[in-house]
Amino acid sequence: MTVTTEKPQDAAPGHGHHAGRVSAGVFNPRQLAEALPDALRKLSPRHQLANPVMFVVWAGSLLSTVFAVSRPGVFTVGTTLWLWFTVVFANLAEAVAEGRGKAQAETLRRTKKETIARRLTEDGSHERVPGVDLRVGDLVVVEAGEIIPGDGDVVEGIATVDESAITGESAPVIRESGGDRSAVTGGTTVLSDRIVVKITTKPGESFVDRMIALVEGASRQKTPNEVALTILLAVLTIIFLLAVVALQPMAAYAGTLQPVVVLTALLVCLIPTTIGALLSAIGIAGMDRLVQRNVLATSGRAVEAAGDVDTLLLDKTGTITFGNRQATEFIPVGDATLAELARAARLSSLADGTPEGRSIVELCVRDHGLAAEPSEQERLAEFVPFAAQTRMSGIDLGGRQVRKGATDAVRAWVVEHGGTVPDDVREIADRIGANGGTPLLCADQDRVYGVIQLSDVVKPRMRERFGELRAMGIKTIMITGDNPLTAKAIAAQAGVDDFLAEAKPEDKMALIRKEQEGGRLVAMTGDGTNDAPALAQADVGVAMNTGTMAAKEAGNMVDLDSDPTKLIEVVAIGKQLLITRGALTTFSIANDLAKYFAILPAMFAGIYPQLGKLNIMGLHSPSSAILSAVIFNALIIVALIPLALRGVRYRPASAQSLLRRNLLVYGLGGIVTPFAGIWLIDLLVRLIPGM
Amino acid sequence: MKTLLAQTAAGLRVLVVLTVLLGVVYPLGVWLVDRLPGLQANAEGSLVSVNGTTVGSDLMGIDPKAANPGHDPWFHTRPSAVNGDPSTSGASNKAADNPDYIKVMQQRKTTIAAREGVDPAQVPPDAVTASASGLDADISPAYAALQAPRVARANGLPLARVLALVEANTTGRGLGFVGEPRVDVLMLNLAVRAAGPGAH
Amino acid sequence: MAGLLQVLLLLAALAVCWKPLGDHMARVYTTPKHSRFEKAVYRAVRVDPDAEQRWPVYAAGVVGFSFVSIVLLYLLQRLQPLLPWNFGRTVNPSVAFNTAISFVTNTNWQSYVPETTMGHFVQMAGLTVQNFVSAAVGMAVAIALIRGFIRSKTDRLGNFWVDLVRGSVRILLPIAFVFAIVLTALGVVMSLKSGVAVTNPDGSHGTIALAPAASQEAIKELGTNGGGIFNANSAHPFENPNAWSNLIEIFLLLVIPVSLTRTFGVMVGNKKQGGVLLGVMGVLWGGMLAVIWWAEAHPNGPLAKLAGAAMEGKEVRFGIPGSALFADSTTGTSTGAVNAMHDSFSGLGGGGAILNMLFGEMTPGGAGTGIYSILVMAIIAMFLAGLMVGRTPEYLGKKLGKREVTCASIAILAMPLLVLLGTGAALLLPGTGAALNNPGAHGFSEVLYAYTSASNNNGSAFAGLTVTNGWFQSTLGLCMLFGRLVPILAVLCLAGSLASQRKVPETVGTLPTTGPLFATMLTGTILLVAALTFVPALALGPITEALA
Repeated sequence: MTVTTEKPQDAAPGHGHHAGRVSAGVFNPRQLAEALPDALRKLSPRHQLANPVMFVVWAGSLLSTVFAVSRPGVFTVGTTLWLWFTVVFANLAEAVAEGRGKAQAETLRRTKKETIARRLTEDGSHERVPGVDLRVGDLVVVEAGEIIPGDGDVVEGIATVDESAITGESAPVIRESGGDRSAVTGGTTVLSDRIVVKITTKPGESFVDRMIALVEGASRQKTPNEVALTILLAVLTIIFLLAVVALQPMAAYAGTLQPVVVLTALLVCLIPTTIGALLSAIGIAGMDRLVQRNVLATSGRAVEAAGDVDTLLLDKTGTITFGNRQATEFIPVGDATLAELARAARLSSLADGTPEGRSIVELCVRDHGLAAEPSEQERLAEFVPFAAQTRMSGIDLGGRQVRKGATDAVRAWVVEHGGTVPDDVREIADRIGANGGTPLLCADQDRVYGVIQLSDVVKPRMRERFGELRAMGIKTIMITGDNPLTAKAIAAQAGVDDFLAEAKPEDKMALIRKEQEGGRLVAMTGDGTNDAPALAQADVGVAMNTGTMAAKEAGNMVDLDSDPTKLIEVVAIGKQLLITRGALTTFSIANDLAKYFAILPAMFAGIYPQLGKLNIMGLHSPSSAILSAVIFNALIIVALIPLALRGVRYRPASAQSLLRRNLLVYGLGGIVTPFAGIWLIDLLVRLIPGM
Repeated sequence: MKTLLAQTAAGLRVLVVLTVLLGVVYPLGVWLVDRLPGLQANAEGSLVSVNGTTVGSDLMGIDPKAANPGHDPWFHTRPSAVNGDPSTSGASNKAADNPDYIKVMQQRKTTIAAREGVDPAQVPPDAVTASASGLDADISPAYAALQAPRVARANGLPLARVLALVEANTTGRGLGFVGEPRVDVLMLNLAVRAAGPGAH
Repeated sequence: MAGLLQVLLLLAALAVCWKPLGDHMARVYTTPKHSRFEKAVYRAVRVDPDAEQRWPVYAAGVVGFSFVSIVLLYLLQRLQPLLPWNFGRTVNPSVAFNTAISFVTNTNWQSYVPETTMGHFVQMAGLTVQNFVSAAVGMAVAIALIRGFIRSKTDRLGNFWVDLVRGSVRILLPIAFVFAIVLTALGVVMSLKSGVAVTNPDGSHGTIALAPAASQEAIKELGTNGGGIFNANSAHPFENPNAWSNLIEIFLLLVIPVSLTRTFGVMVGNKKQGGVLLGVMGVLWGGMLAVIWWAEAHPNGPLAKLAGAAMEGKEVRFGIPGSALFADSTTGTSTGAVNAMHDSFSGLGGGGAILNMLFGEMTPGGAGTGIYSILVMAIIAMFLAGLMVGRTPEYLGKKLGKREVTCASIAILAMPLLVLLGTGAALLLPGTGAALNNPGAHGFSEVLYAYTSASNNNGSAFAGLTVTNGWFQSTLGLCMLFGRLVPILAVLCLAGSLASQRKVPETVGTLPTTGPLFATMLTGTILLVAALTFVPALALGPITEALA
């Protein structure tokens, strides 16, 4: 049986983010000023070429400049200036996003001190070599106070390591050879003891190096969806370019040849500059949000994939339930009372340092008002530790020998001492076992007090979280080594959709393959070496930072906090990244409608007066109308930088309601906003002499 | 490239076979079926004969010219952009704001008003607008009514008789809603001539 | 009121046929069985009907077949003097070139006067054949795209020759045959004579042109072709003698594009998927009908005001409702047949016809082309919608990645490119002014209409424009060719890409594509893409006229 505690339990150490909601990153207007130099540097044509939309704006601005220089005027110069501002603002957005990453990279870089490594030679002696000369496979010795020279696995010894440089977590962690806590990261400091580390990465490709590259955005490659979107934006740009180019002969036929500046202004207003300007900032900021949550992704692709996940594999222990079983109930048998059982249970566990033992004492304290600390007298008692042969533990106090342990072991022990075991013990034990719990029998030589029930305790809010995931269309599968009966009980209680019981690593692998065969994207967390193949196979594999280097290499994300539930947040960030792109694209395109109403009458009402009826905003003059549209087009980029960096609001909901909301806000909003914006700007622009 | 050539060659063979089926067998098959009584007359143009002379098609309007414009015995069809030549067909394709064509239409309106002795404002739209085919068989009942007094006068018939003939040659909407009410000009003129004193 | 009842009758007839015809077409394209006749055909042309093709091979079939069709049709026209039933008519090279492309691309743009240019043999063995097969090609491509959606992890899209033959023989031929007879019964001519001499009641003489019209009329509408056997097209009394034949012709040109939505629904295993596409097509068709009808009933041009109604270029038997209904349906289906002259429509009415084509022919579009065009648009809409719900966009269980978006973009890009550059370039030429039939904004509209019609494979015209000079003949020919083949190649590439994908299962996170939200999104995308691309051009023509 399992129980949900309402005990506030720290599920996401150090963060406490609401699972469903991706919180806002901080945006400070001062960042804009700081990013300005970078933004100007990005005016180089080589940089602009990477973004087809903004390249067109850049080229258009250049063309306008030539025109403005040859025929200066208030309108021409004003428009040209604002065209350049459009380019600068786009650069600014990117520079601000990168700037935030740079600050983090700076911190990381400080950990990359020049280290001298002590390399083990074949004859067992040490040689001192610079850290950068280490090769994969080298063995190095690191002792207390020394910095680990490179990424690797501990192959000998055990040590406490300060990883705060990377994780920000000040509490030291234990790293030991063998097992699942063997990975160490270059740049972290050994606090105690001595370990031998086998180097697993080349210098320059270490974890820290990759992290720096990642947060700086230097190694940023466009993600698949971003590439597809860029294509779509490029096509839209081509269409508008055609529309504007073809407009000139049409205008000529009508008898009103248009100035180059006006055509350029029209083009820039029509092409999707808003999304074009913010696209890379959105991508960088998405990674940044992940980094802020102490998750490192090896690629943007992985972040996007996280948004697509259909199936989430979660380890039961540590993710869905607390790591250890806890005492949840005392069931007295025979003539023993509940109070007697509680006292006996407490006695048997007082000196038991295991989590189970501690949980028994806690239950006695909480529900039965017993003392947590042993009394003077109790301190004198002799502790009988758990042994594989006896399968029980307890305490010898005076004449009493209080024991708790596996029911059959204790039963045999009681019989041996001449006691009898009530018949209902078996029944109770079976019932607990059937419900996924573990029964412990508690007795004092020949007297049986009753059964202590140990259960898996599901972490708080798990059911809601899985409910949210279900609403997003994500299926959760619990992985456990428990028998199917137990697994089923816990699965039902935690609210997961499915479970895999008595799971061996190869079962996990088979499950991932099966899901993928069905076209589903699978995410999982893992830490052990035997998780590595599954992590590699999964579409999103989040390795725990405490895990082995093999696991970290196999996965495509590393959670520095080693919090398995964070996968849920990663999914939300992935989704938010896509939604931000989609929403701003929609907004950008929807904006065009108002711009047509501003610019077309301005261009042609002179020759066809009836087109003046389209000037529904009542803009002052043709010049002010065009300039206002251009200014709006530039300012909206700046106005949306915070949104691009923060990401649009995301709450888990069905696809349908998400789309409805975003269409309303960014589609309809995108149609309405520029009407108001251009009208307002025109009120100011008309004050400029010569407009 | 090899694929394209192979497919093109296959395409040629398929095209030849389909041409035989769809370009020869099908139309000739339809033609054959249309030889059936009841279909054949339609298939050959719904021709109208008077005394063994083919005088036109039931479906076509060719504007009769009066030998003496002062004594015009005919109901007239709508203006035709092809001068009522049934060996071809076509429309004016003039835009709704074509200044030259406005003059033409103004002219038509005046002419018709003068011919019928009415105010230009009474001339119905179909009388002054060229039809799409240039061969429109029909005029609106309004235009027929407008012409009836003159036709009656010129043919020496009582107006009531002519109006009755107009009525007889008017087709209403199918089932009361399909299409527009219309008067078949050729059949009306033939009926007027048959009824008139000048007949035979 | 009477007009509205006509519309309802039309819709009722389409509703009745939607299911049986849609299901029939689905069976035709999915059954593995070949009829004895078809087997004989495949043997004769040495095609293995059970060998499925990869998309490049399927595309090579389309291109190769179109190529030989153009060549053969060109030769037939040029060699007309050697062929039977030529009546001494000849076709000059530029007309032959333009016409060959025009009929092979299902455009049926006509830069000639049929009754004085084409003899009956060329009409039957040349033009009628292309009326069938160009429609069957469009349907085959649509089916290949649908197969891309329903197939999984394969590179095979079916066999083009089988799809072509079945579409022609099992779908188009029987329906066309029946309706050819029905149309004759209503008065459409079917004569092998060139004409008949008549003595008019006034004593003047004339020759009434005759032609084997009924057989071509049926397939001209059914295959959304639109090329008339007479110059006045479906306004000609021998092509469209009365209001009933008018309704039947409108029904015929809508029935296949409309029913293909059912075929689509059946083939993808969710009939609602087809229903929602039909809904979007229907809303746009209905909306444009309302615009055109209202505009023609309330004309703002001085000509119509002077006449008292917008009857210039319209036939009395059809009136305003019958003409508006035909205009909306012919421009919405890439048919291009006309029963009234769009050139003489009001600014808003003519503009509505242009816009209806500029939607990219999907309201409901041509035979086959309509469904594949709207599916391409659905891919673009779902790409944006997918991003907005935070998942890699997908449609019908297929992910919309780089390749899908690229193919869809190319399919969409071709038309605006041809329309805008064609119109722009034509206006730069000094000869264009002389070709115009009307001055001012409407003259511009004539050129815009021509390139819109050609690039969308519609074929209708603001027919006042004289398009017989070398520039128009060649550029409009190329617009028709590229406007047809570029989207087809892109669509087949898209189909190949989709078929190779694994199908993604539907979850709660999947955006449903059967509800009103998707319909709204798709309608909005179609409207916005067309509006944003063409508003500047429309402003200088139809909008200026409409606001006058």
